[in-house]
Amino acid sequence: MAIKKPSKKHMREAGQGYLFMGPALLTIGVFILLPIIYAVILSFQKVNLLGGISEFVGIDNFVRISDDFRAGIALRNTAFYVAVVVPVQTLLALILAACLNARIKGTNLFRVIFFLPTLTSSAVLALIFMFMYNNQNGLVNQFLSTIGLPTYNWLGDPSVALIAIMIMNIWATAPFYMVIYLAGLKDVPESLYEAAELDGASAFQKFRYITVPMLRPITSFVVIMGIIGTFQLFDQSYIFSGGTGGPDNSTLTIVLLIYQYAFNTYDQMGYAAALAFLLAVIILAATLIQRKFQKDEQVY
Amino acid sequence: MKDLKIGKFILYSILIGYAVVTVTPFLWAFFASFKPLNEIVGGFSILPENWTLDNYRYIISTQPLFIRWLFNSVVIAVVGTLLNILFNSMAGYALARLSFPGKKTLFVLVLAVLMIPGQVTMIPNYLILKELGWLNSYQGMIVPAMVNATFIFMMRQFFINFPREVEEAAAIDGLSRMGTFFRIVLPMAKPALAAQAIFVFMALWNDFMRPLIVMSETSMYTLPVGLNAFQSENVSFWNYVMSASMIFTLPVLLIYIFFSRFFLDGLSFRGDK
Repeated sequence: MAIKKPSKKHMREAGQGYLFMGPALLTIGVFILLPIIYAVILSFQKVNLLGGISEFVGIDNFVRISDDFRAGIALRNTAFYVAVVVPVQTLLALILAACLNARIKGTNLFRVIFFLPTLTSSAVLALIFMFMYNNQNGLVNQFLSTIGLPTYNWLGDPSVALIAIMIMNIWATAPFYMVIYLAGLKDVPESLYEAAELDGASAFQKFRYITVPMLRPITSFVVIMGIIGTFQLFDQSYIFSGGTGGPDNSTLTIVLLIYQYAFNTYDQMGYAAALAFLLAVIILAATLIQRKFQKDEQVY
Repeated sequence: MKDLKIGKFILYSILIGYAVVTVTPFLWAFFASFKPLNEIVGGFSILPENWTLDNYRYIISTQPLFIRWLFNSVVIAVVGTLLNILFNSMAGYALARLSFPGKKTLFVLVLAVLMIPGQVTMIPNYLILKELGWLNSYQGMIVPAMVNATFIFMMRQFFINFPREVEEAAAIDGLSRMGTFFRIVLPMAKPALAAQAIFVFMALWNDFMRPLIVMSETSMYTLPVGLNAFQSENVSFWNYVMSASMIFTLPVLLIYIFFSRFFLDGLSFRGDK
């Protein structure tokens, strides 16, 4: 009797547990786990959507990546983009957060203003920036020529098109990380700054020797989020180039290339799936390397 | 004292300077949407010389599908957000409070799902939706996105710190587990639910890639995809493209101006984890 009763109660609780988890499990199962297995299978196949026939081709899809010059370009563009955007947006976010954290009037208003780009859709931002970058009387070139700097054909010149996207995305994403830094700054004890002031530390010294080290765990989080996000660049490249990755493949990213192979052709889905796995491995590796660096730093 | 003044001056210079950098693109686009094309191509002034609503009239009359795209976006974002709030909270609650066999494995599973980039599942998902006949349908956009591992994890953390006494009191009063969850626990979780709602809604509302893949029929486009299509049909008609962008942006901006506290606090709540 004494044993049976709790077991019945346990049974009921277990039932409730599965009931509560049910919708989540079903969705994760059908739209994440099943697709992962499916993606593994696809990556070893040549898929023809029109005939509905797929044939097993072994590791051909993976081998092909090294011969595909557009894959090489996409990898190089994406790596360049990540290497520039992640450090710049992290530093900008940190500086803005530190300024907003100072005890001066009006910081709340600035916080509200700075956050605006984060909630605007990537499609709208891309269109607004294309308008500002455009070659006939665009705002950016007007401004540059007014202050005596050279102007560029931002959207049409392969040497600057990706940089145009970088500038836009740093502008659009930095405020998001700024708010995360602001939350972290609340936990930095005020007494540290007071002690530094007594020792005659300058504002820059306080930033360099208190704010930056104290925020190191947040920086780690921001950098990892930044790496994951920037490797997945797609929307802006697609909209800027009308889906082509042009001019002259200069805005072609890995994800845009995956999209083109999967959805603009009828028989490259298997190869696209292989590229997607490559991207997943690259992101994982970059995250692990970042973590390793972070740990090494903490030794000192 | 003098140092302090200089410090303040530098701080305000940075803050005001960056505020200008932030606001300029929006204002430039906003004013352009009220300019005739010749002013955009030929003029230099920020404010329109001849204010006109013609751009807005033109896009509504030549692209009647704008209203439809707006409707599609609203249906997907609103229904998707409601389902997310419900299902993520239920799963988070089960992982935090209920004991059942396999719970640890399922929790690890949720964490593992967080790590997988969407591009890996994107292609198979398309094939699965095609098999189900769900391409060009609302459920094709909503069902695969009706739970979110990030927010399951967040809700679990929230419910772990939730006072147990409240639930025990409810149980003594004779409420069932379901009743306790829906009538006592969820209403008390409002701040967490609000933060979750904002982020899920924004993600669904602004999503570009998924509707681009799932919705190929023009009438099923969402606003971002429709906007992109409209732009490629009206290349260099910046007056029309900017008014279309504004129609899409202003509602969100208005909501933000009134509820900015929730947006920013919600974010810090998430950043704190």
